[in-house]
Amino acid sequence: MDKTSIAKHFITAIPHARELGMSLDSLSEGIAVMSMPYDERFIGDPETGVIHGGAVSALLDTCCGAAVMSHPRSPGGTATIDLRIDYMRAATPGQAIRARAECYHVTRNVAFVRATATDDDDSLPVATAAGSFTVEGLK
Amino acid sequence: MNTRKRPEPVQVVKQRRDAALKALVHGVPYIQFLGVEFDRRGDELTAVLPFADKLIGNPILPAIHGGVTAAFLEITAVICLSWATLWEEIETGAFDPENLVGGKMPRLPKTVSFTVDYLRSGLPRDAYARAQVNRSGRRYASVHVEAWQDNRERPFAQATGHFLMPKRGLESEE
Repeated sequence: MDKTSIAKHFITAIPHARELGMSLDSLSEGIAVMSMPYDERFIGDPETGVIHGGAVSALLDTCCGAAVMSHPRSPGGTATIDLRIDYMRAATPGQAIRARAECYHVTRNVAFVRATATDDDDSLPVATAAGSFTVEGLK
Repeated sequence: MNTRKRPEPVQVVKQRRDAALKALVHGVPYIQFLGVEFDRRGDELTAVLPFADKLIGNPILPAIHGGVTAAFLEITAVICLSWATLWEEIETGAFDPENLVGGKMPRLPKTVSFTVDYLRSGLPRDAYARAQVNRSGRRYASVHVEAWQDNRERPFAQATGHFLMPKRGLESEE
């Protein structure tokens, strides 16, 4: 089994990722693309139907973690140390959210990641994220 | 003669505050989806996240998903910030929870940025969080949140968020 299918199994084994309907669209050395369908359960503003920032955070966090694990210099698992999310605009109700995360540097102990989340209109991201993650599995 | 207004009966006060809080929290589907509830003591709120299997992010440990932790902290920040700004209106009776039942939610603050620090892994048990509003202006607000499980002195995550405040009262006529 190649690394992408292992990763796909890994993502679907995460109960919360499954609960939010997340899917791993592509994975290559340090870059992960994931998406999450629109779901009325994730609404944060009932008046407009815009999904809650927390659901976008969950997708970005998972996608960043997948990017870290897919990096050639990352030997195994990872955990979030910190994650900053900037919200540029409300996601359009009814549209899926797609996240793209890039793990751009890995040291012995820390991996650095940045990510963007978009809906159908990819000219302006819904949110951007930057974070640091642990590097686990090194002995 | 005593001109001082008689204090309201305790049940009236409690009913008004609890109805306002319930309206604020239960109107948001995502808060219901995660199962977050709020305990109230006077004006102090504590958010409670009851553990559920669907919140797991690492099935091997197991540990709560980092995204759940972030969402829990953000929900706590937004609700506590709204609660603090609506408090006056709730107390004077200007804020009518009955309106909320008909779907007229007060506009909630919008998150500009949110930074979460993960201090320990979230264990498979209930989590609690409290927010401190460090600045609440007409347009911008800054809130710090801490979440813990067994020991209040050992938080498992903390966050700082900046928010854009909804337009209030007459200003809302855009």
